Amino acid sequence: MSGSLKGLDIVSIRDFSREQIEQILNVADKMVPVAKGEGKSTELEGKVLGSLFYEPSTRTRLSFEAAMARLGGRTLGFDEPKGSSVAKGETLADTIRMVDAYSDVIVLRHPQEGAARLAGHFAEKPVINAGDGAGQHPTQTLLDLFTIRNEKGGIDGNHVVIVGDLKYGRTVHSLTEALSMFGAKLTFVAPPTLQMPKEHIRHIESKGLKPRISSSLDEVIGDADVLYVTRIQKERFPDPAEYQKVAGAFTINRTMLREAKKDLIVMHPLPRVNEIDPDVDDTEHARYFVQAFNGVPVRMALLSMVLGGME
Amino acid sequence: MKEFKVTPIRNGTVIDHIDVGMSLKVLRIIGVRGDVSSTVSVLMHVPSKKGAWKDIVKIEDRELDPKELDKVALISPDATINIIRDYNVAEKFVVQVPERVKGIMRCSNPSCITNKNEPVEPEFVVETKKPLALKCTYCDRLTTDIAENIV
Ligand SMILES: Nc1ncnc2c1ncn2[C@@H]1O[C@H](COP(=O)(O)OP(=O)(O)OP(=O)(O)O)[C@@H](O)[C@H]1O
Ligand SMILES: [Mg+2]
Ligand SMILES: [Zn+2]
Repeated sequence: MSGSLKGLDIVSIRDFSREQIEQILNVADKMVPVAKGEGKSTELEGKVLGSLFYEPSTRTRLSFEAAMARLGGRTLGFDEPKGSSVAKGETLADTIRMVDAYSDVIVLRHPQEGAARLAGHFAEKPVINAGDGAGQHPTQTLLDLFTIRNEKGGIDGNHVVIVGDLKYGRTVHSLTEALSMFGAKLTFVAPPTLQMPKEHIRHIESKGLKPRISSSLDEVIGDADVLYVTRIQKERFPDPAEYQKVAGAFTINRTMLREAKKDLIVMHPLPRVNEIDPDVDDTEHARYFVQAFNGVPVRMALLSMVLGGME
Repeated sequence: MKEFKVTPIRNGTVIDHIDVGMSLKVLRIIGVRGDVSSTVSVLMHVPSKKGAWKDIVKIEDRELDPKELDKVALISPDATINIIRDYNVAEKFVVQVPERVKGIMRCSNPSCITNKNEPVEPEFVVETKKPLALKCTYCDRLTTDIAENIV
C-alpha cells in the first residue's frame, strides 16, 4: 500500500509498508528547516490538534505541540486526565467523540494497549498513537528510523546493537520490526532475564534475518554502526543489588567507546537515568539529543500528511 | 442396531467428538445450566472410532444458533453437530472455526482496552489454527486459552 496518508490513523508501525515509511521520512526531511525555526510555514493554519495525554510524557507531547505550532496550527487537550471529564469516569470512546468534534486530528497517549485502535474506530478525524501502554509507539519508531537514516546515510546494512530492557521495552519491539523490514543487521544485548521475547525474534527471522543475541556489550561494540540504548528499570529487579550489578554492566561510557568504530552513533529514546554516562555527551558518537529534536520534523510530517498536505 | 448408553432423545442436538475433557465447558458456553426443563446427558471420556477419547453432549429440545456454534468450534474444533428429529440424525455437520471472532470472547490481556468498560466488542482474527491462537485486533496480543476467555 502506498499513496496518500490523508485521513489515515497512525496506530502501529506494522500498518505501514517500507515505501510508506520512506515517504514519511522524505517529508520529514523537508520539514527540518521549519522545525528548526529557520523557515516559516502556514500549512496547517486554522487546524486544531486534539492532544490527549492520559499518561505523562514530556518529550512526545511537547514535540507534537511544537510540530503543530511550527506548521501554523494550534493544540488543545490535556496532559493528565486529572480534573478533566475523564477523571469523572467518562469512557475513552466518549472523550474521543467529543474531541473529534473540536479538532482536525487527534494525538493519544493512553496506558491501555489497543487504546489508539479503539480511538480510531470512534473518531472521524485521523488518530495518531503516541503510545498505548506496553503496546505501540509508532512515532518514536519513525523518528528513530529518521535519525539512523540521516546520520548514517541509510538504514540497510547497518549493524544496529540494541541494549537494555529488551523484554518489556516498548520502543525496541516496534523499532526492531521496522529495522528488519529495512534489512539492518541486528544484535540484542541484555541480561538473560530481559532479553528479546522469542516471538519477536521469530518475527525477525521470518524476514530472513539472523539476529545475534549477547549478554556482553564489550563483545559486540567494536563492530556496531548504531548503538541503541534503552533504560533498565529498577522495578524489574526484586533484588536492588542485582539491579545495581546489571545496570552497571550496561552503562555506556567514554572508556568503553574507545573500542568502537569512529562513526558509531549512540542513540537513546530518553529520558536516560544512568544508562549513558554524561561524559559521552560531547563525544562525536552522541546522537540522542539530535534524535529528540527529530521528533519534531517527523511529527510535522505525519500531521501534515494525515491532514492531506504534503505527500 | 444403535447402542445407547443413555436414553435416546426425540428431538434435540447431539454434540459429538468433543475434545476429551471439554464437555462441561461446552455446556457452560452454550448456557445450559441446571434450570433447563429437558434432558441433558453428558458422556465423558468415551472411546471414539479413531481409537482416541472424546466427550459427547446430548441436549433435548434445543438447537444451537450460529454464535453458539462458533463458541463450540473455538473450544473443540473437531466437534460434530447432530440434529436429532424424531429419534434420528436429521442433519450432521462439523463445526467451523470462524476467521474472525467478535463479541464471544474477551481478550486475555488484562491491560487491553477492551477489558476496560469501553463500548466495544472485542474482536479477534485467527493467527494459527493448530493450536488455535486468536489475535486481538485492538492490542495485537494472542489468546490461546480460549475456553477460559469465552463469555
Ligand atoms: N435419538 C438419539 N438420541 C441420542 N443420541 C443419539 C440419537 N441418535 C444418534 N445419537 C448420537 O448422535 C451421534 C451421531 O449419531 P450417528 O448415528 O450419526 O453416529 P456415527 O455414525 O458414529 O457418527 P459419526 O461418524 O459422526 O461419529 C452418536 O453419538 C449417537 O450416539
Ligand atoms: Mg461415532
Ligand atoms: Zn486485546
